[in-house]
Amino acid sequence: MNAPILEMKSITKEFPGVKALSDVSFQVAKGEIHCLVGENGAGKSTLMKILSGVYPHGTYTGEVVFNGQVQNLSSISDSEKVGIAIIYQELALIPEMTVYENIFLGHEIKNGLLINWNETIKQAGEMLKKVKLDINPAVKVKDLGVGKQQLVEIAKALSKDVKLLILDEPTSSLNETDSENLLNLLRDLKEQGVTSIMISHKLKEVIEIADTITVLRDGQTVATLRKDEVTEHKLIKHMVGREINNIYPKREHKPSHEIVLEVRNWNAHHPTLGRAILKDVNFNLKKGEIIGFAGLIGSGRTELALSIFGNPDGYQLKGELYVKGNKKQFHHPQDAIKTGIAYVTEDRKGDGLILIQDVKQNITLANLHKIAQRGVVNNNAEIQVANEYKTNLNIKTPSVEQKVSNLSGGNQQKVCLGKWLFVAPDILILDEPTRGIDVGAKFEIYTIMKDLVKQGMSIIMISSELPEVLGMSDRVYIVSAGKIAGELSAEEATQEKVMQLATN
Amino acid sequence: MTFFENAKKVLQQNIREYGMYIALFVIMVFFTITTDGTFISSRNIVNLINQTGYIAVLAVGMTLIIIIRQIDLSVGFLAGFLGAIAAIAMSDPRVVANGLNLPIYAVIPLTLCLGIMAGLVTGFLVAQMKIPSFVASLAGWLIYRGAILVVTESTGTIIIANDAFNAIGNGFIPDIPDIGFLPGVHKLTLILGVVAVILLVINELNDRRKKQSYNFEVLPTEIFALKLIFLAAIIGGITWILAGYQGLSWTAVIVLVVTLIYNFVMSQTVLGRHIYAIGGNPDAAELSGISVKKLIYVVFGSMGMLSALSGILFASRLQSATTTAGTLFELDAIAAAYVGGVSAAGGVGKVVGSIIGALVMTSLTSGMNLMGIGISYQYIVRGAVLAAAVIFDVTTRGKN
Repeated sequence: MNAPILEMKSITKEFPGVKALSDVSFQVAKGEIHCLVGENGAGKSTLMKILSGVYPHGTYTGEVVFNGQVQNLSSISDSEKVGIAIIYQELALIPEMTVYENIFLGHEIKNGLLINWNETIKQAGEMLKKVKLDINPAVKVKDLGVGKQQLVEIAKALSKDVKLLILDEPTSSLNETDSENLLNLLRDLKEQGVTSIMISHKLKEVIEIADTITVLRDGQTVATLRKDEVTEHKLIKHMVGREINNIYPKREHKPSHEIVLEVRNWNAHHPTLGRAILKDVNFNLKKGEIIGFAGLIGSGRTELALSIFGNPDGYQLKGELYVKGNKKQFHHPQDAIKTGIAYVTEDRKGDGLILIQDVKQNITLANLHKIAQRGVVNNNAEIQVANEYKTNLNIKTPSVEQKVSNLSGGNQQKVCLGKWLFVAPDILILDEPTRGIDVGAKFEIYTIMKDLVKQGMSIIMISSELPEVLGMSDRVYIVSAGKIAGELSAEEATQEKVMQLATN
Repeated sequence: MTFFENAKKVLQQNIREYGMYIALFVIMVFFTITTDGTFISSRNIVNLINQTGYIAVLAVGMTLIIIIRQIDLSVGFLAGFLGAIAAIAMSDPRVVANGLNLPIYAVIPLTLCLGIMAGLVTGFLVAQMKIPSFVASLAGWLIYRGAILVVTESTGTIIIANDAFNAIGNGFIPDIPDIGFLPGVHKLTLILGVVAVILLVINELNDRRKKQSYNFEVLPTEIFALKLIFLAAIIGGITWILAGYQGLSWTAVIVLVVTLIYNFVMSQTVLGRHIYAIGGNPDAAELSGISVKKLIYVVFGSMGMLSALSGILFASRLQSATTTAGTLFELDAIAAAYVGGVSAAGGVGKVVGSIIGALVMTSLTSGMNLMGIGISYQYIVRGAVLAAAVIFDVTTRGKN
């Protein structure tokens, strides 16, 4: 093994309420391709953000040694200066600009005060040659496919004389050929002396390309494996190998055989991304059942939920949707709500709650007509309803007239839940229902879910926390790259099996 | 808790809301002192209200527009244009010569309908074509400005020869016959003032009783009584001032009715709550089953109707339609809404606040005119007040 180009020593990073990384050590040898794997939320991106200066020096403890020197990186430009470049999952190119403008954006080639465009175009062409991309540098980035955009990003990094290239899930949105091209390019760059760190969920690809693999779990380094000692099975075991704490209420209740929701040959095409996001999805949900949708971030679970719930993002849909045996087509979330479907969103602050309004207004929002007569809201009845949910869901707030922005995450989540329970749905879709909330509130939400299915409600739970999916679901569907990669019953589902299907 | 502690608590919790009432009060006292009482004279107050009218109705509509995170720049010239249309329909010499002139009871609804249609066009551009409202309404600004010139090109200023129409901006409600009691005072205005106070008290008591029947917290009795006395005193005071001149003007009646209706819709109905929800978080509103598109139409349609009303008030006040009618009304309306506490970020604001905001702005103009301060300094002062109002709004937000 070569001398290390990068050493990160005992890195600890805390966010309010969570320890994202605790005492992580990470070493990358010069000239290797080093892969970083781990579940959602294991701390991979956080670690890379420290390395690239997004989380500046001083906001974490520990030491970053790059090229033999201790680095106090406090911005992305700092890290670029020493030769570290990071390429994110969401590409950071400007679509309306040309390829050459993008490549030299931020470090333009200048003659005095003016940009030397001729030189820029010439050098951009050379960079493109290095990444084996045969296009005219004068085309606009928006006219390129995702795979080519990815390569432009790499060309941009190379133009900054990069020594360490970090790729955050570079192949997650690429098709097979583009992925293969990218991996080949990484090998070429390795020949040219560029060291790479790649974060990936696709374990086959990781095993194929990596020289060394580091596994993170719950903010800690659990293993560093060399190419010759690694197997997929070993990796998965390291990734998920935690004890399932028994915080899940007992499953005493059996769902009935009556199917309340069924989706057949469901396809969705994203109009702005210009690609298919759901492919031939089939699943069903029975009365009184909790089904879990497991999968990696970006696998298409939220899109699936939205496409069923009135399709507010305007995907082009194909396929059939049955609610209680009747074929349905929803044009607006309104239609879905009227049919008895409720959707608690993943991002409660972004599109779940109205933060500047109070608890009662948020709870009644989706069903105001219930407490109104001829269009006039009964304000007193509203307070009463809100107080009922405050008590039943144990929402901790001094009064229902408190703004929801002042509530903690767990209590905000309960307000979201209350809002949708007030609609009295038959089918409840919960998207990441316990993300970012503490264990106590989690348990309360699990208990509420169990009570609801006992009363005959059916629940779809989308979750990136495997133990939660396994602990709560009667059946688990695994979603991967917009497809249903598998279906497991509660009895047969294990973390290893789910992870294997999800990373395929 | 003692009375004063209670009072302090209520005041602290509602400082944002009471802030602009206090500001208006301070401004009025200031000008009353500097003009030796001329400012607060019955005649001046009536003038002030009539001058505020055509901006106030625009400010009401603009409040809703800003609440849903949009803007409408076209309202000023739309008002001017529709005022001209109304004038032509009643009094254009060519129209009259052909006997095609319409009576006032046809002209007013027609103008309001045209306003709604114009508003819906802007709404269509914003909701359906997804054009930013700034651009869509800027296009309207240009178009209506041109349209006024087109329709007034051949005639220039159109004099309106319709007494009923002209009374809207200049007339007063009739009085009951003199019975030798309180000579020189407008008695119907006084009676209406007393009725308003009685209705207010009954309404507040009812509301309080309902709250208590739900076992909700209500204001402590002394504070509640104080609030009632305070509100009654304000209504009484204004009534007395107005009754001392010629009574309630038709403009004041129209503005009052518009304010009451819009205030009711925004604070008490499902529609109003949905509008606030869209302003607070459009994505969350959409996912809660609210059709954002539909409400954009509703809000812009209402804005168009109020623009037409503003045009009618203004044309009536001048008793004519001019080529420059409506110039800068939109900015006065926007300023009034911001001074009145509407949040630029959307989702927050009250119709009554914008009316107060409009009153603040016109009071400044009126008071400074009386003091003999030049127009140049008037603009500077009004600009500073606008900035101060928004700074106050931003710094007190989130402290509750």
